[in-house]
Amino acid sequence: MRRFSWFNATSLTLGFAFLYIPMIILIIYSFNGGRLVTVWAGFSTKWYGTLLSNEAFLDAAWVTVRVGFMSSTLATILGTMAAYVLVRGGRFHGRTLFSGMIYAPLVMPEVITGLSLLLLFIAIGLDRGIITIVLAHTTFTMCYVSVVVSSRLISFDRSLEEAALDLGCTPFDAFRSVTLPIIAPAVISGWLLAFTLSLDDLVIASFTSGPSSTTLPIKIFSAVRLGVRPEINALSTIMIGIVTIGVITASLINKRAVTKRLDDEQKAAAA
Amino acid sequence: MNFRRLILIGVPYGWLLALFLVPFAIVLKISLSDYAVSIPPYTPTLDLSEGWAGFQDFLSKLDFDTFKFLTTDSLYWKSYLSSLQIAVISTFFTLLVGFPIAYGMARAPEEWRATLMMLVILPFWTSFLIRVYSWMGILGREGYLNSLLLSMGIIDEPLVILNTNIAVYIGIVYTYLPFMILPIYATLDKLDVSLLEAAEDLGCTRTSAFWLVTAPLSRPGVIAGSFLVFIPALGEFVIPSLLGGSGTLMIGKVLWEEFSSNRDWPVASAVAVILLLILIIPIILFQKNQQKQAEADQ
Repeated sequence: MRRFSWFNATSLTLGFAFLYIPMIILIIYSFNGGRLVTVWAGFSTKWYGTLLSNEAFLDAAWVTVRVGFMSSTLATILGTMAAYVLVRGGRFHGRTLFSGMIYAPLVMPEVITGLSLLLLFIAIGLDRGIITIVLAHTTFTMCYVSVVVSSRLISFDRSLEEAALDLGCTPFDAFRSVTLPIIAPAVISGWLLAFTLSLDDLVIASFTSGPSSTTLPIKIFSAVRLGVRPEINALSTIMIGIVTIGVITASLINKRAVTKRLDDEQKAAAA
Repeated sequence: MNFRRLILIGVPYGWLLALFLVPFAIVLKISLSDYAVSIPPYTPTLDLSEGWAGFQDFLSKLDFDTFKFLTTDSLYWKSYLSSLQIAVISTFFTLLVGFPIAYGMARAPEEWRATLMMLVILPFWTSFLIRVYSWMGILGREGYLNSLLLSMGIIDEPLVILNTNIAVYIGIVYTYLPFMILPIYATLDKLDVSLLEAAEDLGCTRTSAFWLVTAPLSRPGVIAGSFLVFIPALGEFVIPSLLGGSGTLMIGKVLWEEFSSNRDWPVASAVAVILLLILIIPIILFQKNQQKQAEADQ
């Protein structure tokens, strides 16, 4: 498209202001010294101190990170397998049901996923704790992983795999030495997506957690139900900071990878 | 079928059967049971020790009483209707806010695009809960918005926005905006500029060229974006809990309260089953739209 008009500039400015001002306010006021949340009373980092000395929050953060690592790793393995089955698996009995079960959790309301998993855990007599949250998170995040990985599998040139097979690779070797390196960026994005979704989830975790396994979102939710809390502003700032650094780093790495690939392709074409 | 293939298919398949399909079957079963003061709090329960006769006995005791109950208490159908209304209105406003942004991005100079794209995606990676929470400080009675407007002399009395449906609309528009922008941007980005030039050469003004060319061609993106906002908004729980008031009826919140406060599992399950039945229609329409678009791309 062309002609970047005043209207376009205005809508982008207003749009991004709308997206970012609430978070910027949150960050600024996390350094507010006063107890009153909306009245500026000088710069201070005391709420960060309050937050970091709060054992309950630290415990919850630790539970959340552990759940995130376990569930996103499991979800990446299962999701990549599922994507491979959907794209390369050919026909088998129950394929429609399988692809339905991959896509359904993406649009399933969280309250239903949470309720149904809780009822399952009660029915089989599994005590609620970290394990049940990991099982629940793996189930809904593996579907996101599988969508991300299968879009990469669809777009890549199948003849590369076939060449490896022709040259005497076993299917497993071909997967390891050809397919996996090519889909690796998608697998990594899938893991990151699963990890973020797990860290972020409140509803499903609330249904499936036990009294000894409170996650950070559950803690935040019960703290802010009745109003704004300065130490939650501090916590939010830390979380926004981590995500921002992560996303910018990932996009820089991605940009370098793309430039390198284009470079290699040019060299290959020249040679 | 060799062993490796069996594992490759069987493991994710088994996982989803056990942790997606079976749980849903349990919800369905409990929705057909009746509330009882016992552990678990419903009846009948399946007693496998009695064998086939016990199973038949169990089946004969399942009924639609809970669903009948849902139709008699106005709380439930009011909640469904109000969820639908809130989801439709907020989807409309998300489109109104999102389209100009996507349009601006598609017209922005090539070298800005990657940065703009990252700016749209960044909030998506940030905690949903925190993004909703950030509006509590802005919209409250003593919030930033009221103190700003009061100090500028625009209003004399603080506005009551937090704990009303308006706050819920703002929360949904804000948190789901990236889902609207990205599919619309994707269709606008592919749009062939020469079509617009042709329209203008043939005497269209810029505005009529927009309505005759750009708007219809961006339709698949608009539809996809609208469903991506509407579907999750309908079952939303966090936004009405934090930003809505006691008058905000949303079905996700009702389901939660039936389960955790009233401990009425059959009602909570029946509410879930009906919510899913309502969602099936938009989900199918969304799938059709995606398929059509995928075919058009090929």
